[in-house]
Amino acid sequence: MTEGKRLDEPTNTETVGHEWDGIEELNTPLPRWWLYTFYACIVFALGYTVFYPAWPGLHSATPGILHWSSREDLNAEMKAQQVHNAPVLAAIAATPIEALPDHPQLLKAAIEGGRAQFRIHCIQCHGTGAAGIQGLYPNLNDDDWLWGGDLKAIQYTLTNGIRNPDVPTTRTSQMPSFGRDGILKPEQIDDVVSYVRAISGQDAANASSTRGAALFAANCVVCHGPAGKGNWLVGAPNLTDKIWLYGGSREAITNSVTNAHAGVMPAWGKKLDPVTIKMLAAYVHSLGGGEPNPPAVAPTPQ
Amino acid sequence: MNAPVDITDAPLGVYAKRKGVYPKAVDGFYRRLKWAAMIVTLTIYYVTPWLRWERGAYAPNQAVLVDMAHRRFFMFAIEIWPQEFYYVAGLLIMAGMGLFLVTSAVGRAWCGYACPQTVWTDLYQHIERFIDGDRNAQVRLARAPWGPAKLARRLFKWTIWLLIAVATGGAWIFYFADAPTLASQFLHGTAPFVAYAAVGILTATTFIFGGFMREQVCIYMCPWPRIQTAMMDEKSLLVTYRDWRGEPRGSVKANGHAEAKFGDCIDCNQCAAVCPTGIDIRNGPDIGCITCGLCIDACDKVMAQIGRPLGLIDYLTLEDADTERAGHPPISALKTLLRPRTFIYLGVWCSVGLAMLFTLESRTRLAIAAGQERNPLYVQLSGGAIRNSFILKLRNMEDRPRVMSVQLSGLNGATMWQRDVPTAAPTAQISVTVPADSVSNLPVFVEAPSGGSAHTPFTFRLTARDNEGGTGQANAIFEKPEPTS
Repeated sequence: MTEGKRLDEPTNTETVGHEWDGIEELNTPLPRWWLYTFYACIVFALGYTVFYPAWPGLHSATPGILHWSSREDLNAEMKAQQVHNAPVLAAIAATPIEALPDHPQLLKAAIEGGRAQFRIHCIQCHGTGAAGIQGLYPNLNDDDWLWGGDLKAIQYTLTNGIRNPDVPTTRTSQMPSFGRDGILKPEQIDDVVSYVRAISGQDAANASSTRGAALFAANCVVCHGPAGKGNWLVGAPNLTDKIWLYGGSREAITNSVTNAHAGVMPAWGKKLDPVTIKMLAAYVHSLGGGEPNPPAVAPTPQ
Repeated sequence: MNAPVDITDAPLGVYAKRKGVYPKAVDGFYRRLKWAAMIVTLTIYYVTPWLRWERGAYAPNQAVLVDMAHRRFFMFAIEIWPQEFYYVAGLLIMAGMGLFLVTSAVGRAWCGYACPQTVWTDLYQHIERFIDGDRNAQVRLARAPWGPAKLARRLFKWTIWLLIAVATGGAWIFYFADAPTLASQFLHGTAPFVAYAAVGILTATTFIFGGFMREQVCIYMCPWPRIQTAMMDEKSLLVTYRDWRGEPRGSVKANGHAEAKFGDCIDCNQCAAVCPTGIDIRNGPDIGCITCGLCIDACDKVMAQIGRPLGLIDYLTLEDADTERAGHPPISALKTLLRPRTFIYLGVWCSVGLAMLFTLESRTRLAIAAGQERNPLYVQLSGGAIRNSFILKLRNMEDRPRVMSVQLSGLNGATMWQRDVPTAAPTAQISVTVPADSVSNLPVFVEAPSGGSAHTPFTFRLTARDNEGGTGQANAIFEKPEPTS
């Protein structure tokens, strides 16, 4: 096809030799600057493979003479951040948790640290908004606490867990399964449920609830208290408020009395350091339902 | 006028080689106007960042400052926040409209007198003349072979150019940071990298555009000459050669012998010699003509010397040229200026300016915004009430701290308290001090009795508790569980 080549007069450029219905193509060379840029890119790419990880091997790529890796970069960044955070963490470690509210800056730092840790360790059950799941995990935003809602109580619960068989100091209690174990007859359970519905303001008092009051006094007040207001030392919920972890309907309460519930939580003291737990407690306490520190026991006058 | 060049069969190159332009020094009315424009524009550019403007303890005291880091734009008494950037857009619209107005009224006056490319090229050409001599000496030097003398002159010239270029790039960065501080940092080598990069780039562009590319920037790079073609009409001012008066050209001597044979143009080529873009205006309107009027000065000087009427080259509209050529009396300049096109541009320019002034005067300097926390949407409390959580943003655009209070409105029996204050008690009103020139985050819990609609609209009302006063409000919705039927 070389015989068709000719010099195009107006442009002073050779044609490629093809011809389609009188249309010819000029053999215009690539612009020099473009070509040199292209060569420079090739040189750069080869150089890059020498300095940076590039050629794949059986187990890993060649490391490159700079030995750079993104994991190293991340480690360095994390280390720098740890160094940066160290003084604040030390200050939090040195402050008893009940004294945190007296140091607003420290409390704020603890809450923010706790917020980050919560997203790693807690959201699997309690959810990203700490709202829990009805019937499974308690909502941490409200003002109802099964095991105490002041800073120290939350810290203790976090450290020791709930009904954790590996930790002797764990928060624990066991409600009897009144129905399943035959402690109460079904009609008696029905009366107890009527009473609980009455003291929580959901139903009016009636004959059944009056019978239930006596059964309640005999079987339930040990943990739930004479007025049904619960006792956080044994994780007994308040039965007179509007918050029902396992449901407040007649069916749900009947199920709870018949079979009993016993929620569990890991003992985070075995996994997390005390500062992290302190920050988590501060965060959970800050969600809106945190209770004030209990009054300090007055020193005995000498 | 010359006949158009026949290019049908000529080999076409993609690029034309630049012809050297060595404009001759000239004096006259328009040259002095150019001096004045250069002094005014350069003074504005170099001096503005060093003007101070007292704003108190909470804002920078630099009169004109584009504070990127803090997202503030200061211009004398005006402070603009990022969300008010439309003021800058308005300024740009005004600049555009002003350019249209000037172009439709007096042609390419911007190009000839005020454009930075023109001003810096002019400055560089003066330095070139100072070092290399006037036109003829420059041409000789350009043709001379490279030797120590030429090299010395070139290096000297380029050094002066570079110094001006550095000063130009240097002045630019002072608009973006406190000028005295940055100047000291810059000299001590502690300024941010971006400052050095900006100075480097602007130094390079000034040096190259002003020293070497010059009129090529106007002819090949700048879009404005193309847009102007659409802006201009037969009533726009152009630099025009009165060919009906000047042609045919001939020397004074030849003319002296045959009075009627030649026109006023003695073909001395002074008009072409002084042209900074290297064109010959006698060939007719040209895209290379930036209408600086230097050829008018040069021609008038010659006309005065040989005792002929001035204005052989003059600012004329195409319409003027036609009227004069036909021998009719000239059209008054006022009639040319006062026409619908100039009035429309002037009207748009003024209304944009007035609208901006009006909104500047009436804008509020405080605001509140409410964002609802949606995870969880609401919290059931043991006593039966429902709690929602909001993050309020209180904006104080004044350069002083202000005490502001937030109240709930339209939500029966509701109270609120600050989320991050452990001892906060429920209340109907929260008062806080918002720091000067900033936005404060105010996270609050709002508690209301249960029952009723699942979505209740209500309002956070903001009131400034100082002499100046001012109010704002933010609409929000209080969420509750869906009522069980």
